[in-house]
Amino acid sequence: MTFPSGTETAGRYAAYGRRANNGARLLGSVLATLFGLLVLTFVIGRVLPADPVIAILGDDYDPAAYQRVFLELGLDQPLYVQFGIYIKNILTGDLGNAVITGRPVIQDILRVFPATMELATISLLIAVLVGVPLGVIAAVNRDRLPDHIIRVVTLLGFSAPVFWLGLMGLVVFYAHLGWVAGSGRLSLFYLDLVPYRTGLILLDSLLAGEMDVFWDALNHLVLPASILGYASMAYIARMTRSFMLAQMNQEYILTARIKGCSPNAVIWKHAFKNIRVQLLTIVALTYGGLVDGAVLIETVFAWPGFGQYMVGALTFGDMNAVLGCVLLIGIIFVGLNLLSDALYRVFDPRTK
Amino acid sequence: MTEAIIIEGPGAPPETAGQARMRALRGFVSRFVSKPLTVLGLIIVGVLIFTAIFAPLLATHSPFAQDLANTLQPPGAAHWFGSDEYGRDIYSRIVYGSRYTLLIVFMVSVTVAPIGLLVGCVSGYAGGWVDTVLMRLTDIFLSFPGLALALAFVAALGAGLENAILAISLTAWPPIARLARAETLTIRSSDYIAAVRLLGASPLRIVVRHVVPMCLPSVIIRVTLNMAAIILTAAGLGFLGLGAQPPVPEWGAMTSTGRNYLIDAWWLAGIPGGAILLVSLAFNLIGDGLRDTLDPRAS
Repeated sequence: MTFPSGTETAGRYAAYGRRANNGARLLGSVLATLFGLLVLTFVIGRVLPADPVIAILGDDYDPAAYQRVFLELGLDQPLYVQFGIYIKNILTGDLGNAVITGRPVIQDILRVFPATMELATISLLIAVLVGVPLGVIAAVNRDRLPDHIIRVVTLLGFSAPVFWLGLMGLVVFYAHLGWVAGSGRLSLFYLDLVPYRTGLILLDSLLAGEMDVFWDALNHLVLPASILGYASMAYIARMTRSFMLAQMNQEYILTARIKGCSPNAVIWKHAFKNIRVQLLTIVALTYGGLVDGAVLIETVFAWPGFGQYMVGALTFGDMNAVLGCVLLIGIIFVGLNLLSDALYRVFDPRTK
Repeated sequence: MTEAIIIEGPGAPPETAGQARMRALRGFVSRFVSKPLTVLGLIIVGVLIFTAIFAPLLATHSPFAQDLANTLQPPGAAHWFGSDEYGRDIYSRIVYGSRYTLLIVFMVSVTVAPIGLLVGCVSGYAGGWVDTVLMRLTDIFLSFPGLALALAFVAALGAGLENAILAISLTAWPPIARLARAETLTIRSSDYIAAVRLLGASPLRIVVRHVVPMCLPSVIIRVTLNMAAIILTAAGLGFLGLGAQPPVPEWGAMTSTGRNYLIDAWWLAGIPGGAILLVSLAFNLIGDGLRDTLDPRAS
């Protein structure tokens, strides 16, 4: 998983904020980015492959299907007409059919997405609950032992390949210690035991009152979620540290100290209070990175989510499914950027 | 002359521009290597380069030689890091694999830097609608997480080492372009650019000869900071079977095959993955050191 460096992200979104300083411009900017996403996926799916029809149908197609898809895509038409058809299809929610499942891509994605959402949400929860306190501790103990230890821990989080951590986690915590369950979302015994409501098994099992299923699901979730959350935790801890350091150098902190505030009050009531908004925006952006990392961690843990679906589609060369996934990730990212921007506006009085 | 000798010392003003530059560089280097963690990172990368160059001398076996009588041997005297499902020596495969890691990092870096520089400098220098279009394009690439976009490109181009390098390059240039643009914006209004323009230099010449060289140092540093991310994305592609193809001893692909023997023979996946961690950690340590040394607020 890759994260942009802190300053870069902050700069980028500050720039976003400045550029879109009123609603209309913001809307224009979002629409332009979404349009760009469509152009990019169109180029990847229809222009780059030697034969877009084979990219969609796979190598063993029957000639009738080839002819049908060829005409559906408008490949006998000029490129801009093809692009028009592509846009029209997507705006009507038609991402094409997936060869691997034989169903419309949009249905497939809606079916697998809750599993990824559950995983990413719990990961984010872990990342925030661990990362924020670590960042504050590091900042308060700057250049002393706790800071150095946290620095090494976060550096490892940035550096470790997430798929390798997953494999080693399985060896240690599943095979040797037996603390957690292995791959998948549920044990075979519990599969399809609770009715499908939200697709989030933790929530569904609670709603159905099936505590056994809930604990089994949690047992399956804890290892992949912790490992996926580790890199995000490292990122959040680092950002928290640098935000806190920027505050601790301010004069109002000195004033608070001089007037006799306890160190704890200075840290949490004064400094931390001022970085909450910045942190919130960072956390919103981190969520997008988690969806990215989920592609790898789902492969390791046979987690039946969006990432596994995408990798399966990639392996079979199923272009419609791959493009649908890429488009969805792009839209999620744009949405999170917007959310991050909106959070800033709502919670930071200085932007009013 | 005697005066010059008297004030010679650390506080003496430099006499030539070259001397001043050397002194600044010396100061930078001594601050840079004063941190033990940075030095550790430099040593690991040094060992990696050494290993890649002298791989045939360091390897104990051929990386491709199969020995079906001795498959899945645990680490020991015969096979330092154990042997894999075909009895191949994992230590030797790791040694040769360092070449692929370095190759990917190097190729991506030398592809990304020129693209980023070109887009950023042209965008910043030209301004107007060129700037708007190019920066919008950059934003669109930035609105994807690295791995997902690389996956899409590999899906269109086909799996393989070259395509993986191309795919990572296509996803890694936007931050460089943003940086180069920001640098260009400050350079554009400086007096020496105005002077060259008055001398009648064409915009192309100004950008290539006078703007790009000024942006180069910060771009190189940014590329260095990015190297760990490049390694992880490449390893991820290899792990998903979309990068270098077997039997090439690429570390990500090796981890992927090791996955099938995970419970009985952890070293098949554990050691190549550990190598990825070590190298990416080293690049991160160097990057951290660079950031600390260059950030005036840090000292």
